[in-house]
Parts: sequence; C-alpha cells; structure tokens
Amino acid sequence: MSDAVLSTKNLVKTFGALKAIDDVSVDLRPGEIHAIIGPNGAGKSTLIAQIAGALRPDAGSVWMGDRDVTRLDTSARARLGLGRTFQISALAMEDTVLENVLLGALGHSGKPWRLFRKVHADAELRARAMAALERVQLADATHTRTSALSHGLRRQLEVAVALTLNPRAFVMDEPMAGLGAEGSKVMTGFLDGLRQEAPILLIEHDMDAVFALADRISVLVYGQVIASGTVDDIRRSAEVRRAYLGEDA
Amino acid sequence: MIAERYINAVVLLGLLVVPSYALMVDEPFTITLATRAVVLALAAVGLNIALGTGGLVSLGHAVFFGLGGYAMGILAFHAQTYAPLSLGIFEIGGTKSMPIIWLVAIVVSALAALAIGLLSLRTSGVYFIMITLAFGQMFYYFAISWSAYGGEDGLSIYLRNDFPGLNTLQPMPFFGLCLALLCLALILHWRLLLSPFGLALNAARQAPQRVETVGLNPMRLRLVAFVISGAVTGLAGALFADLNRFVSPTMFSWQLSGELIVLIIIGGVGRLFGPVLGAILFVVLEHWLGAVTDFWHVWLGVILLLIVLFARGGLLGLLTGKEGPHV
Repeated sequence: MSDAVLSTKNLVKTFGALKAIDDVSVDLRPGEIHAIIGPNGAGKSTLIAQIAGALRPDAGSVWMGDRDVTRLDTSARARLGLGRTFQISALAMEDTVLENVLLGALGHSGKPWRLFRKVHADAELRARAMAALERVQLADATHTRTSALSHGLRRQLEVAVALTLNPRAFVMDEPMAGLGAEGSKVMTGFLDGLRQEAPILLIEHDMDAVFALADRISVLVYGQVIASGTVDDIRRSAEVRRAYLGEDA
Repeated sequence: MIAERYINAVVLLGLLVVPSYALMVDEPFTITLATRAVVLALAAVGLNIALGTGGLVSLGHAVFFGLGGYAMGILAFHAQTYAPLSLGIFEIGGTKSMPIIWLVAIVVSALAALAIGLLSLRTSGVYFIMITLAFGQMFYYFAISWSAYGGEDGLSIYLRNDFPGLNTLQPMPFFGLCLALLCLALILHWRLLLSPFGLALNAARQAPQRVETVGLNPMRLRLVAFVISGAVTGLAGALFADLNRFVSPTMFSWQLSGELIVLIIIGGVGRLFGPVLGAILFVVLEHWLGAVTDFWHVWLGVILLLIVLFARGGLLGLLTGKEGPHV
C-alpha cells in the first residue's frame, strides 16, 4: 500500500437507495497497469469520477501518494499529476489538434493568465505540445480541426493531452471504446510502453486488451470489488466467471 | 467566398469613408448615426468577449452599459451644477473630462461585473441567462427610483464633455474618438483570442471538463472574461450617454441587453467584427426602415429569424462561407 501512486480507501457513493460504490479500496503502483473491469452499471464510471475529483464520495478517501486529495477538485488533482482521459472524447472540437494539446501544456505551465502574449509563439508550450503529438503519431495532423478527426484519432488526441501534463498517474476511461481491431492494437501497443512512465488505472470493456495489458485486474460488480489479482487469478476465479463473464462455473 | 479579413477591412473603411463624406457634404446627422453604430458596436464587442468567446449568454449586459452611462451622467451633472458629489465620508467635484469619466465607467462596470460574475457564474445555461436578467432588472428599477438623478425621467447633460485638444461639440471629432475606442476594443479582443488566456477560455466554452482535467479552473477564466467584457460595455455606455447628452433607466433595460445579443447574432457570434457589422445593420435599419414604418422591429425580427435558421454564422458566416469563427 505504501508505495501506491494513487489509491482509494473504503470509498462509498450512494444515489438514493442505490449503493453505486460500496467500500471500494483500489491502488495503483509504479510501473503497472491496473485494470478495473465489470459489467455495465457496476460503478466503474462513478469510481473514476470520484478518483478524478468530479464527484464527492459520501465516505472514504482518495490518495495521491501519501497525500489525501479527497477534498481537492479536479483541477487541483490534475496539477498534482493526475492525467485523465474520457470515455467520450472531451476535446475542443472547433479548435485545431495543436490547440488542444497546447491547452494541456498551458495547464502544465500553470500560466493561463497572460492576456497579451501569443500562445502559438510560446516556444516552451509549443515544444511540449508537439512532443506529445509526436508520441501518439498525430504530428501530421497538427493544424487539422479536431472535429474533422476520425474517432480513433480523437482517442489518440485524448491521450496526447494527458501526456502534456507529465502525469504521475493516468486514469483512462475506456481508451479503446469504438476503436476497430486495428486501432485497438495500436492503442494497446502504445499503453504497453506508457506504463513505465506513469502507471495506468484502466477502465476497459475490451477484454482482449485488458488481458494483454493488465498487470493486475480488479472486478467491480454492484459497486463492490469481488476479486482482485493477476490476469491468471482473475481468469481462474469461479466467482468472476459467474458474476461477470456470465458463464456457469 | 471572401476571406474574413477583407470583409473586416471593408467594414472599417466604410466607417471611415461614410462619415468623412457626410462631413464634406455637410450632413452632420449621418455622422451622428455612424457614431451611434460605433458605440453600439463597442458595447456589443464587450458582450462578444463573454458571449462569443466565453460562451456566457448574459442577458444583463445593459447593467454595465447603464453603469457607464450613469457614471458619465452623475459626474457631468455635478460638474454642471457645481454641487460636490458626496461619497459618504468625503466629497469630490464632478468632472467634464472624458478620459476621467471613461476611467470611472470602466472601473465601476468592471467591479460590478466582478460581483455579478462571482454570483452568477456558479450557474450555467438558462439559469445563467435568468440570473443576469435579474441583476439587470434590479439596476433598472433602482435607477427608476433614484430621484436624486432624475429617476424615471433620466438626466440631461447640457454640453458634451471635453477631451483635451478636441472640440467634441462637433460631430466628427467625437465620432473619431468613439471609432478609436472601438478599434482599441477590437485589438483587445483580437489579442485575447491569440493569447494563452483566450485559448483556455475558448476551450472552457467547448469542453469545460477538459479544461479542469488539465489543471485549469474554467470558472476563473470565465470570471476574468466577464469582467473584461463588462468593462468594455461600460465604456460604451459612457460614450452613448455623451452622444445623446442624456442618461435614463432605459440604458439598464433588458431590451437593450437583448438588442446587444441580437447585434452579435446578426453579425456573427464570436467573430471579431460580428458585433460591428451587426450594429451597422441595426442602425441602418432603424434609420431607413424606421422612417418608413413604426414597426421596423418586425423586419429586424424577420432578418434575425432568417439568420438563425439559415446562416448560423451570422452575416460574416454567410459572406465567408464558414460557420464558425475558427480555422
């Protein structure tokens, strides 16, 4: 527990009578990909919203390293090094690809208040933004309007924006969603290399990708973690098969 | 399709040529009309920073317009009656100096925008529209009941205020001042759009979640935009009062807030010259159609309807063939 980059302790979130998240403790250690899987409605999105700071937990806490960030909002957690990507791309669609990553670089610099300097002329911001684009192979699309990008390229841009923050931990909400087989493969390869830079808490429906990538898997069902362990542990777990994979054990 | 910068240049050139021609053929009223267009454009440029770039549909920008107007009215009133203006513990004299009046108008409306913004920016969408409208109505009814400064009847200022080195009583120098200030406001908006702040504000309108996840605070960005926006509209209010030598509570009316939005939509939301083009069209229609029929607003409504239905980018969108202000 002690070396965890990101962790939750006994998180609880109820919506009316529904316990969306019920006493969930997960952690993310350096160099790993920790996948959270579970059927629809299991509470994955609620969990990620609480980790990112978009939703206040009713009880329990969220930690970044040994710092309790439960009371900090999304932007404060981002400044502490939490890099989040969204399930449905949340990008400035009217802006160019470059402008979207420049926004990330701007967030990293912490200096959005320069009212009279040209943002495109800032060499430091630009270098950081271009470096991120090159890593996701979007450098050719620098001046393309984001709304003109294909779905797959938008997912890559999502990751690029997170990269500009130099995060200590990534939280990714279904980065493979809507990608074809080919796109999925590219993204899998990319995330595989990324874990050395910063560990990834991965929420994903694509089981092939999860089994290929994850160092650890936690299974969330009805707001509770019913199993947690290595890929092999999870594959073998009878309870998981019953509850999630829908097989008769 | 025509590049937007050429259209902008033509609009600006028109604003120079038409009044100059009117001066040559001795038609001062045309210059006054042009001044009215320029001042309304300035007010709308202010609103465009909040509405177009920031995505903040304020139905209360008449507050700042009115505050600018009353800043001028009150200072000039005390100057023309030689009665000191009492500010609680100390007293100051009124002034007829435009630069001082402008500064006061800017500061007062910026402070009001800060206070209103702090309260209203917690909401969004239709609630934001309603809360800004509510502030507008508060100021409107306050002005009506403020009998010390004319109440419902408003305040007349006998002589236009002074600007060092210019005879502001003549229409042309005053027009020149207003046009210069409009150009400054346009430069301000243009530089904002290119700046890191503009990039972040633009993104906060399109994807606020994203702005938060990169560690920026969308609400603070919007607040700063709202304050700048209010200050510019406040300056326009002071000029409008000087143009008419009259201030009244109608400067605070929600109809005026609505008209400013209409100007922007007609010209092109979020586009630098959108409000300018909208204001010119508005004043031209008001003058020409207003001479033909009292119901000229109906035709303004028809134009607005056509633009909303068929030309989402406003006149500038129609002319450039690009719906959005970007790329």
